[in-house]
Amino acid sequence: MSSEESALVKIALVSCGSEYAGVQPEFEEAAAKVNAKFIYPEIDVASIDTIGRDFGLEVASGDLRLMMARAKAVVEGITNAEGVFITTCFRCAEGAIVRNEIRRYIHEHSNIPVISYSFTESTSAGTLLTRLEALTTIVRRRHLLTREVQTGLTAGIDSGSTTTKAVVMRDNKIIGKGWVPTTKVLESAEEAYSQALKEAGVSREEIQALGTTGYGRFLIGNHLKAQLIQEEITVNSKGAVYLADKQKGSATVIDIGGMDNKAISVQDGIPGMFTMGGICAGASGRFFEMISKRLGVDITELGALAVKGMHENVSMNSYCIVFGTQSLVNSLAKGATPEDVAAAACYSVVEQIYEQQLQEVDVKEPLILVGGSSLIAGVPKALGELLKIDVLVPENSHMIGAVGAALLASGFVEE
Amino acid sequence: MSFLAKVFIYPINSLILADLVERFGHKPLTMMSQIREKVTSLSLDSPPINITPEDPKLGLKYAAIEVPAGVRGRMALIGPLIEQTEAAIIVENPPTDFGCVGCNRTNELTKYLVRSKGVPVLEVKYPESDDEARDFVYKIAAFLESLPKEKPETGEKSKGKESAEKEDKE
Repeated sequence: MSSEESALVKIALVSCGSEYAGVQPEFEEAAAKVNAKFIYPEIDVASIDTIGRDFGLEVASGDLRLMMARAKAVVEGITNAEGVFITTCFRCAEGAIVRNEIRRYIHEHSNIPVISYSFTESTSAGTLLTRLEALTTIVRRRHLLTREVQTGLTAGIDSGSTTTKAVVMRDNKIIGKGWVPTTKVLESAEEAYSQALKEAGVSREEIQALGTTGYGRFLIGNHLKAQLIQEEITVNSKGAVYLADKQKGSATVIDIGGMDNKAISVQDGIPGMFTMGGICAGASGRFFEMISKRLGVDITELGALAVKGMHENVSMNSYCIVFGTQSLVNSLAKGATPEDVAAAACYSVVEQIYEQQLQEVDVKEPLILVGGSSLIAGVPKALGELLKIDVLVPENSHMIGAVGAALLASGFVEE
Repeated sequence: MSFLAKVFIYPINSLILADLVERFGHKPLTMMSQIREKVTSLSLDSPPINITPEDPKLGLKYAAIEVPAGVRGRMALIGPLIEQTEAAIIVENPPTDFGCVGCNRTNELTKYLVRSKGVPVLEVKYPESDDEARDFVYKIAAFLESLPKEKPETGEKSKGKESAEKEDKE
């Protein structure tokens, strides 16, 4: 890591009063872990009364107006901040509107990276860590994130909880792919990487730069001496908009992985607000595996089955991987068709993502669905029906992490 | 005279209102006193104002779990003051530098709880001219004058308190 990459990052905390929710020490702890420090932009108190009109968004809460004034101080350079963390209370509608508009305002008027989050009193330093890691990464590696074209011969490995993916890219094209179930992290990575290299017809020595992401990124990255070891929020955002050819402007990325899911609001390929699942397997690929097994079909056949079915014909009482599956089994016993059950399973997963992840992330088109579960045709269909918008599933949508890592790693080729 | 009416003020951190209430011999119920108590507590270490994740839970007494944590955390400080309230002055449309707790949902809930308490409440508009400012102060003064100022108090403790107040004045 260069000295520039290890330097202290000054982050402006633009908050509606996290100190009143008792979570301020958690914010400070998470910042310290990524070698960042919160700063509080100085403003003229009297400006809080007029900022709403200046900003164009008149709200009643003083602290929300204080947030606007602080954002303005950052944009105008009165406060020297390298990144901005915008945070308001979870479940506050007024706060959510201001949070999103401030994020947009800073993005449109400066090059300062922004991450936003809505907190509760249960917010922990661990929850904040991924977000602050993403923010400090954007600050320290912005030159990499602006990369829209892959150059040279690079590779990316995404070590997921369920599968490990690898790609080899040359001159903006995927020339080799590897995809194996994750068993032992290192061995699975070696196998996927070897598959991709073999398909590409190149040797490891020829690879000019390697990037790793996903749960096992540090282990694999250090073992293979990767030039880039990066958390998956940043990499997946980049990979998704790259594969969907939507690198400019707003986008929403929904990534349904093997064991968790993510909803990321992206602006020009850089993540802003995001939520991560991980408390319920009912909204993950594992749920589809269970249903496929119960229906006696391979998971690759589940999607085609679901497209032919009607989810309305099956009543599900729970999203839970145990009780939800039980509902589906009961439906089969009552005479429901496997097609309807497959469709209901897809609808259950996207409905849970809608109710839990998308409550905090504003859905901006295009909506890009990625991750292994995006290959199950019933999933984008159900998501499109639920959100009433077109869902874009790019080619190689299950490979976004590996592709994003290979794309970003190509920044090291020129360096 | 040992009795002071406990007067809730809105905005709850208005130094001007707190000063006015004190000048008429009453006790202003303020956010400043609550935060002072928090930050001088030795048993806690949750900077900057020593509110911990337990405080929003205390706020559940005033607002349900669906209400944002920031509102409940503020209510954990303001709620106990409302419980003590014997009279209240509410200033509508004050500028930020007159006093502000930052969250309008908290403001709405605070004013509602005070109004529904059944104690004397004076509601005045923040003045926008010199004449209105004089009228503003007169109204508040008349309201504070109208509040009971004395309550019989017995015991050594109150006598001690009285003599301490006399010493302070001297």
